[in-house]
Amino acid sequence: MAEFEPKIIALCCNWCTYAAADIAGTSRIHYPSNVRIVRVMCSGMVDPIYILKAFEMGADGVLIAGCHEADCHYLNGPPKCDAMFEKMKRVVNMLGLEDGRLRREMISTSEAPIFAQVIEGMVKQIKKLGHSPLQERVKV
Amino acid sequence: MEEIKTGVYICHCGLNIAGTVDVEEVAEYAGTLPNVVVARDYHYMCSEIGQGLIKDDIKNLGLNRVVVASCSPRMHEPTFRRACQDAGLNPYLFEHANIREHCSWVHDNRQIATEKAKDLVRAAVKRVSYNEPLETKERPLNPNVMVVGGGIAGIQAALDIANGEHRVYLVEKEPAIGGHMAQLDRTFPTLDCSECILTPKMTEVGQHPFITLLAYSEIEGIVGSVGNFKVRVKKKARYVDEEKCTGCGICEEKCPWKVDSEFEMGLGKRGVIYVPFAQAIPHVATIDKEHCVYFLKGKCRACEKFCDAKAVNFEQKDEIVELEVGSIILTTGYDLFDARSISQYGYGRYDNVLTGLEFERMTCAAGPTEGKILLKDGREPERVAIVHCVGSRDQNYHEYCSRVCCMYGLKYAHLIKELIKAEVYQMYIDMRCFGEGFEEFYRRVCDEGVNFIRGKVAKVTNVSLTEEEQGKLIVIAEDTLLGGIVRVPVDMVILCTALEPRSDAENVAKLLTINRRADGFFMEKHVKLDPVATATDGVFIAGCCEGPKDIPDTVAQASAAAAKALSVISRGRVVIEPTVAQVNEVLCQACGRCEEICDFHAPKVISKDGVRVSSVDAALCKGCGACAVVCPTGAMSVRHSTREQITSMVEALLEV
Repeated sequence: MAEFEPKIIALCCNWCTYAAADIAGTSRIHYPSNVRIVRVMCSGMVDPIYILKAFEMGADGVLIAGCHEADCHYLNGPPKCDAMFEKMKRVVNMLGLEDGRLRREMISTSEAPIFAQVIEGMVKQIKKLGHSPLQERVKV
Repeated sequence: MEEIKTGVYICHCGLNIAGTVDVEEVAEYAGTLPNVVVARDYHYMCSEIGQGLIKDDIKNLGLNRVVVASCSPRMHEPTFRRACQDAGLNPYLFEHANIREHCSWVHDNRQIATEKAKDLVRAAVKRVSYNEPLETKERPLNPNVMVVGGGIAGIQAALDIANGEHRVYLVEKEPAIGGHMAQLDRTFPTLDCSECILTPKMTEVGQHPFITLLAYSEIEGIVGSVGNFKVRVKKKARYVDEEKCTGCGICEEKCPWKVDSEFEMGLGKRGVIYVPFAQAIPHVATIDKEHCVYFLKGKCRACEKFCDAKAVNFEQKDEIVELEVGSIILTTGYDLFDARSISQYGYGRYDNVLTGLEFERMTCAAGPTEGKILLKDGREPERVAIVHCVGSRDQNYHEYCSRVCCMYGLKYAHLIKELIKAEVYQMYIDMRCFGEGFEEFYRRVCDEGVNFIRGKVAKVTNVSLTEEEQGKLIVIAEDTLLGGIVRVPVDMVILCTALEPRSDAENVAKLLTINRRADGFFMEKHVKLDPVATATDGVFIAGCCEGPKDIPDTVAQASAAAAKALSVISRGRVVIEPTVAQVNEVLCQACGRCEEICDFHAPKVISKDGVRVSSVDAALCKGCGACAVVCPTGAMSVRHSTREQITSMVEALLEV
């Protein structure tokens, strides 16, 4: 049997992490192909519905990544995102998803290598966890 | 409802994409997706011909949605939006899939990359069906420009704009403009006197009818956006009336208290009331409150007694000035690396270990030693070592090359040879002499009999092992050409310290919401193609705040930033992006959470025909979407980032 390849959705802020992923590309920094990036304008724009939708649709992990607090293009997006994340972490746990499936990172434009490391780490961790427990339940 | 007809275009980008992704397979796959009426692949979609394909299909096939899968939207989204617009399609009915930076460049397995590209295209195709046509609006712009930092970069940028007869506010935090260049003695490789070429420009700034100089001032806060910034500037109290002071210098002469002069790098003294240097602009005195005995103990006021112009005013207070400008140029310069951080070089412990800038003041005829190169005890040195890359090209401190040190190190060697004929040792890692006339200058210095030792200095010590070393400073380095440790006894050591980001760079970046690179310098919008613009429209950077550079490069970059600001001004108006928040008034319950969370005061709960609803001021809204997240009824959304649009992408990516 082929090795389990998790599906990860990364919601990345346009100004920092999306740009960091661009620079990872420009610098040819390779990382696992399990991640699919969705561009949002700010991490503070990430609606809980995107996270729930992703897990409902069978995502094995969701990453929300944006600017560090000092770099925010909109002054205060990151703490707003943090507040949403803290609530959603509990919701996601209640749904039976393990820690580590929903992850929050701050990755600035200049941190392309860190972006690649985060993806690598997340893929590794989720490979250990296996398929999202929600997948089976949603199918039923 | 109108039938959705989508055209999908897969770019090869030469082999950048096609080398890893099977573009034909992706195009074929795209053709099978819902609403897609045409799917093509082409070598370079951004080329005239590539864009022509899109335009023709819009006209001939009646496309009302377009997806291009190519590079990052941060690169070519504007190009393809324009192509759509040219063919009569609203540019917001375009969607970009990033299959280069996020796919072909980061994966090497062709099958996996092709599958990923398909996923990304599928998501874009689904999303674009939810896109809505949006209209941009324009508003008038303020033609005034603010330049922050009065070194050579700021001076050049201010003059370029002011000569185009536009108002410039030049803000400088020190009492006088001139920056580091005013402290330099001679400039490499031509050896012309720094002050002689700088002073005329400084005078021009001081007298220019279109320049308002705000020296001894700092930016407190900035609000607004390109075309309409409101800036709060704090004019610090000098305790001297700028209008009345003639700069005669009597006050400084009569001031009974002397402290180390910052301008002379502590090698000379200044009064507590002082004019920083002879050519200072504005040429007015300033009281250093921290050291002033009147402020400390309530007694003295000697300066006031001797001032004929009655300019001294101990009652002066900091003043807040509110300015309105359309664009901002940052030319805040650099700090010098603190040589004390590398304690093994002995700076601060040994008398005759100097930094480059200290030596610069020493060779300056107007400096504290009147141009004489002297040891602390007043003797002339017989042997001098110049240590390169102090704090730069060093993984423990700064990894980057400071770019100017090789050349000023050579300049010092030449001056030492010329003025005192001492033995000179250059301890370098690599000689980097890349500019106009630099290599020729390097040759010239080599021919003057300077010793070059290739190797990083490990230590400077006064512990002698031989008679020859007694009473000397011994520079210990590995000579990588000879492959051995060398001990060079000298009388004086000059440390070529790195240029580093200003200690307040983080605050300045936050104030203007611009980014910094990993090395801490301000980050340009595009490293190659947009080197003076920043992530914030209307904010430009020039000079060493962007990274270490020499005077010619700084001046060129300052003029480039000025040209960018002038092009904003000459357009005369700014485009307001339509991608801001909107309220569905039927759903809105006027709870006011949007109003609470917004940092820009854009949404307000108002009474409309007797009904309370939230209303968004589009000019203030930045489109961050925080309000939409907290809205409990889903009434609030951001145009072009709606819940449906983003959810549709998440769905599409996981569908298969």
